[in-house]
Amino acid sequence: MSESRYETYLNPAIGPLPFCPGCGHDSLVRNLDAALVRLGADPAKTVLVTDIGCIGLTCRHFITHAFHGLHGRSITYACGLKLARPDLNVIAIKGDGACGIGGTHLLNVARRNIGITLLVANNFNYGMTGGQHSVTTPTGGNTSDTPWGNVEAPMDLCATAAAAGAGWVYRATTFDDDLADVLVRAISSPGFAMVDVWELCTAYYQPQNQMKKRGLFELMDDLGCRRGLLVDKPRTEYTELYRQAAESGGPAIPKKPAIEPSHRHALKRQTGILVAGSAGQKIKSTATLLAEGGIFAGLQATQKDDYPITVKTGHSVAEIVLSPERIEYTGIEVPDYVIVVSEDGLRRISRQTASYPESCVVYADAALELPPTAARIRSLDLQSIRRKTGPLDLATAALAAFLAETGLYPVEAMAHAIETLRSPKLAEAGIRALNLGVTLVGKN
Amino acid sequence: MAYEFIEGNEAIARAATRAGCDFFAGYPITPASSILHYMNRALPGAGGVVIQAEDEIASMGFCIGAAMAGRKVLTATSGPGISLYSENIGLAIMGEVPMVIVNIQRQGPATGSATKGAEGDVLFTRWVTSGGQPVIALSPATVEEAYDLTYQAFNFAEEYRCPVFLLASKEIGVTKETVDLDSVSLPDRIDRTPVPPGQERYLPHDFARPEDVPAFSAIGGEHVARFTTSTHDKRAYLTTDPAVIQEMIDHYHAKIENAADRIALFTEDRQPGADTLVVSYGVISRSASVAVRRARESGKKVSSLVLQTLYPVPEKAIRRAAETVRRVVVPEMNMGQYVLEVERLVPPGVEVVGVGKMNTTLLSPDEILKRGGLA
Repeated sequence: MSESRYETYLNPAIGPLPFCPGCGHDSLVRNLDAALVRLGADPAKTVLVTDIGCIGLTCRHFITHAFHGLHGRSITYACGLKLARPDLNVIAIKGDGACGIGGTHLLNVARRNIGITLLVANNFNYGMTGGQHSVTTPTGGNTSDTPWGNVEAPMDLCATAAAAGAGWVYRATTFDDDLADVLVRAISSPGFAMVDVWELCTAYYQPQNQMKKRGLFELMDDLGCRRGLLVDKPRTEYTELYRQAAESGGPAIPKKPAIEPSHRHALKRQTGILVAGSAGQKIKSTATLLAEGGIFAGLQATQKDDYPITVKTGHSVAEIVLSPERIEYTGIEVPDYVIVVSEDGLRRISRQTASYPESCVVYADAALELPPTAARIRSLDLQSIRRKTGPLDLATAALAAFLAETGLYPVEAMAHAIETLRSPKLAEAGIRALNLGVTLVGKN
Repeated sequence: MAYEFIEGNEAIARAATRAGCDFFAGYPITPASSILHYMNRALPGAGGVVIQAEDEIASMGFCIGAAMAGRKVLTATSGPGISLYSENIGLAIMGEVPMVIVNIQRQGPATGSATKGAEGDVLFTRWVTSGGQPVIALSPATVEEAYDLTYQAFNFAEEYRCPVFLLASKEIGVTKETVDLDSVSLPDRIDRTPVPPGQERYLPHDFARPEDVPAFSAIGGEHVARFTTSTHDKRAYLTTDPAVIQEMIDHYHAKIENAADRIALFTEDRQPGADTLVVSYGVISRSASVAVRRARESGKKVSSLVLQTLYPVPEKAIRRAAETVRRVVVPEMNMGQYVLEVERLVPPGVEVVGVGKMNTTLLSPDEILKRGGLA
């Protein structure tokens, strides 16, 4: 902490603080100013973040950077600033109302331990909007919208922050002589630090509840809300942990090898192919290999996948479009080919099978019983090779059989895709399944 | 040619990285989540920051804070997330925050069909903020365009200091396509204009003419910077002076509306003597181009206008294209939204036919032909 060049961080050009006579905010702001003076804070490295409520009028009065945002969101802007510039001193100041609307941000900044300072100007009601009750209004408290006295229970902000994992939590009042010292300690704390500052709203809560300084302290006793340092469990600050983790290296977007067309194809027009199977059969990635094999053969391809959000169960259906030309419309109204490798897959497409025309060919596991359809059926004896391919490559075998029989493009192009784009171990199993699949159509 | 087979969401993340994006905050939502995953692989090792926020409101809050600290920021969500982004989108407009917001649209309303496509957030994007100030919105039709337009979205965000939307959909975000991204020709990268060296005082919202875009100095930079959600003057101090208030509002409008021609991205395929024009955008423009081709094959004379920029509305392009036709067909993956923009721009007497559908399946070329009176 250097000796400050500043006697005050309040900007005289902006005029006097705007608060009502006797309002606790005035004291809090002056103590914050005193704390910054003691810290010798660099205004260019300090940012005050406020949101809505009378206390939100604060940041404009300071010579530091200032960010005044939406109700209850000051913590989020403060965190964004801190994540972007960990070297900045970021101080968020909000009211008790903002702790209600922005409650989740309070929980999460405490949990993450992002190194901002949070000052709560806690005066038990919404001053700016006319004295309504807030999440900290005591039970029985009179506010403009609790005609019978507040029937809700107040939230203990310190206990809430502590439960969420805050490392440094202090409860103070604007009547405390050492408030500036407390603020110095909070701002100096590397991790997330919160000071819950109890104060009086002289416009609403104080007159409506006849609560003066003594009443404030009595309320603390009644609610069992102790003053002082309540949590002091320092742990490594978030941006520091993030920096360490990022420096230890991490994954990049895996870049697959580029596909350079090196095979021929026999496709005359855009062709729609459905691959229908079960979760756990690698339907998506196998269908991708069918598409990539097509690209190796000089085709264009698109792929869409359909599967339940509970990804390890039920159906998995991939829609592949292959075309010798640029693909415009990516939908498949009537599939040209359907490859069905499991009961789940069959069930998923069964709503459409009745409408498949004669031009459609369905390659299906011979063990499946297909509903009535005009489409031509080609049974594949997948069960005969199932033990050899394993469940993960049964679809590879089925697609190899399909390619070998239709000759849309050479099976070698799909083999090329498997060898180039799969890991060596998976590639070996894939090629084995591919070869087994080809034998299925040879037999017929 | 060297190709890849990737989904739109990956293309968006790679374009963002190429544009210099170094901050991402987002909240998981189908079908946009994989952008979070890709960014989490792309940024941290390169000095960037990625954080999964506690909700969409915090995603936007983190992004706005980081952007004003000088980062190039991206966030991505789907329609339900935009609902929660809304209040902070207004803040981003108010504070002139450069940022890119990706919306991988899905079927709504509400939770809708999380894994199914629609393009129903068009007017929502335009009118997303209280106050109704203009935004920039680009809509890709392909994975390759998602790459191109994400990159350009960053340029527009930086150039005009405003939130820019990439209005994509499930049909592009999580559809894999054959692409050659290295062959995509991109404009030069634009970064926000810094305060001129030697300038002593920084006015966060300084402009001489309403359409001028203020220079930028970061919070934490050498100039003390101010930011406020409240009605303010050029210094970012609250004001109640109606003349100053109107001046600022005019500025928010003029900087985008006056640049409409520069921001307008579209492709035109005119046929001499055409009596019908098809105006389309997003994934449905691909159905439309097939429909136009088939209509021509059957002897009809049809022109096509495909919009990549939805907002500000490329009014000149629409007016010019509609000048010589009798009918305009507007196919959309919603119940008729952009058709309202087209209707106000066509000459009197020109019939406008909206073709909308929202059952999670693509509008097919045949549907456009039949319902658009082109069959």
